Amino acid sequence: MLEMLLRPAPMLRVAGLHAGYGDVEVLHGLDFTVGWGGITALLGANGAGKTTTLRALCGMIRAAGRVQLEGADIAGLATEDIARRGVGHVPDGRGTLMELTVEENLRLGAYTRRRGEEAADLRRVFGYFPRLRQRLRQQAGTLSGGEQQMLAIGRALLLRPKLLLLDEPSFGLAPLVVREIFGIMRRISADDGVSILLVEQNAGLALELADTAFLLETGRIVTAGPAAELRENAAIRRSYLGY
Amino acid sequence: MDEFLHQVLSGVASGGIYASVALALVMIFQATHHVNFAQGEMAMFSTFIALALIEAGVPYWGAFAITVLLSLILGAAIQRVLLTPMAGSPVLASVGVFIGLLLIFNSIAGWLFGYTLKPFPTPFEGPPVLGGFVTRHDLGSTAVTLAVLGGVYGFFRFTNLGLAMRAAAYNPVSSRLMGIRVGRMLALGWGLAAAIGAIAGMMVAPVVFLDPNMMSGVLLYAFAGALLGGISNPLGAVFGGFAIGVIENLAGAYLVGPELKLTLALAIIVAVLTVRPAGLFGRTVVSRV
Ligand SMILES: Nc1ncnc2c1ncn2[C@@H]1O[C@H](COP(=O)(O)OP(=O)(O)O)[C@@H](O)[C@H]1O
Ligand SMILES: [Mg+2]
Repeated sequence: MLEMLLRPAPMLRVAGLHAGYGDVEVLHGLDFTVGWGGITALLGANGAGKTTTLRALCGMIRAAGRVQLEGADIAGLATEDIARRGVGHVPDGRGTLMELTVEENLRLGAYTRRRGEEAADLRRVFGYFPRLRQRLRQQAGTLSGGEQQMLAIGRALLLRPKLLLLDEPSFGLAPLVVREIFGIMRRISADDGVSILLVEQNAGLALELADTAFLLETGRIVTAGPAAELRENAAIRRSYLGY
Repeated sequence: MDEFLHQVLSGVASGGIYASVALALVMIFQATHHVNFAQGEMAMFSTFIALALIEAGVPYWGAFAITVLLSLILGAAIQRVLLTPMAGSPVLASVGVFIGLLLIFNSIAGWLFGYTLKPFPTPFEGPPVLGGFVTRHDLGSTAVTLAVLGGVYGFFRFTNLGLAMRAAAYNPVSSRLMGIRVGRMLALGWGLAAAIGAIAGMMVAPVVFLDPNMMSGVLLYAFAGALLGGISNPLGAVFGGFAIGVIENLAGAYLVGPELKLTLALAIIVAVLTVRPAGLFGRTVVSRV
């Protein structure tokens, strides 16, 4: 009992999460946790419900079940309040404000911060993504896919999240660019102490980066464990890694 | 030549009114993708509030400030109470709400203040200026509308709140993920639009006199200006408003006479929209996938 009380709550605890669109249920009761720091991968084929999971966590769609951030219930809160509690989310499609400049996108990322607080974070973002600094005045819609992904991650970092949700950051990018961005995600998780929940269809790549992983199939978690173990799992290799 | 200059300058003065209302329309349009047909009636109602305050003995600029503030609150309240529950409803339902608002404001104003034309004071009195071409009121009201337009531009361009309001209009989903309270931003946008409309109403009322239908013509010209400049581009809409004011005045004086000037203005717009459906400055977002 005492041990339970002393054990700190995980960054994110999800229990019995159901969600869907209209009358169609897509998630049929997910249970998982994301620990402090490190990278947790949520894997699954196209249509498995990965994006839906992130939407449900952030209150973007109607959901039932428990969602706790550092032990505090956040299920049912408005999306903007969940963001204000320190959940950064780079959504499916990146969520870039195409009409605005790179600088304006970054200013919006820091919107909830007190004035002056964000200057150091902005320097850190430019440290990770120096190219953004050269593109500040450019309309965000004119950036390359890789630069847009960098902008999306930078924008989310300016919220100074405890938990960062990334929806398929590798999508549509050249392998070399993906390597670069994944390398930076490693640095972000190590330097900033941000817990990252990484959604990926590209299981091989994600398992190299992640510490822990869950495998989602049609709205249910079917496998979970340390990433190194999942890499060796024969079924996963056959279905998702192709060797 | 002097007469021509006179017509141009008084066109600029009424153009400033159209530009202000066009800007209010565009602000709501960008956030909701609907044209607020009630924008003019809201402005008319605000102008009646100003008149009531002035008749109660409040000095002009005090009444002006109170009216702007009340209009801001009223506009925001309309968004919160009437429009928020309508989010995601069919287009026709929203159009119905706007038309309903128009009729409500029109009939409440008629009921409270009557349908007779009422004179409305101007703070800019005195003999014509600039060699007698421009009335003091035209000059003053142009200065006021330019100050309003400049202030609104600076607000949206340079402040974080203005930036967040633009973001909430462009991409509410993404804005929420950044912690922006989109509902509040929309309400504030409605409030600002109502306040801009109120100023336009107070500036036009000394010229056309005040009655519940005062803004119906203005709304039409403003809408024409917004379409001409591009309803997706606030700067374009402002330019369109000024252009319509000048075209209207020159056409009324030299080409077709006062009866047909509205027709001519509308014909020009139809012509422009046939060639450029997004308006002269309609925004096309550059995008790379
Ligand atoms: N906006 C939506 N409306 C209705 N159904 C949706 C919507 N988005 C996703 N779905 C459905 O939900 C299921 C899971 O989709 P999604 O979460 O996007 O999968 P993933 O991100 O794993 O590829 C799919 O069957 C998809 O068709
Ligand atoms: Mg997805």
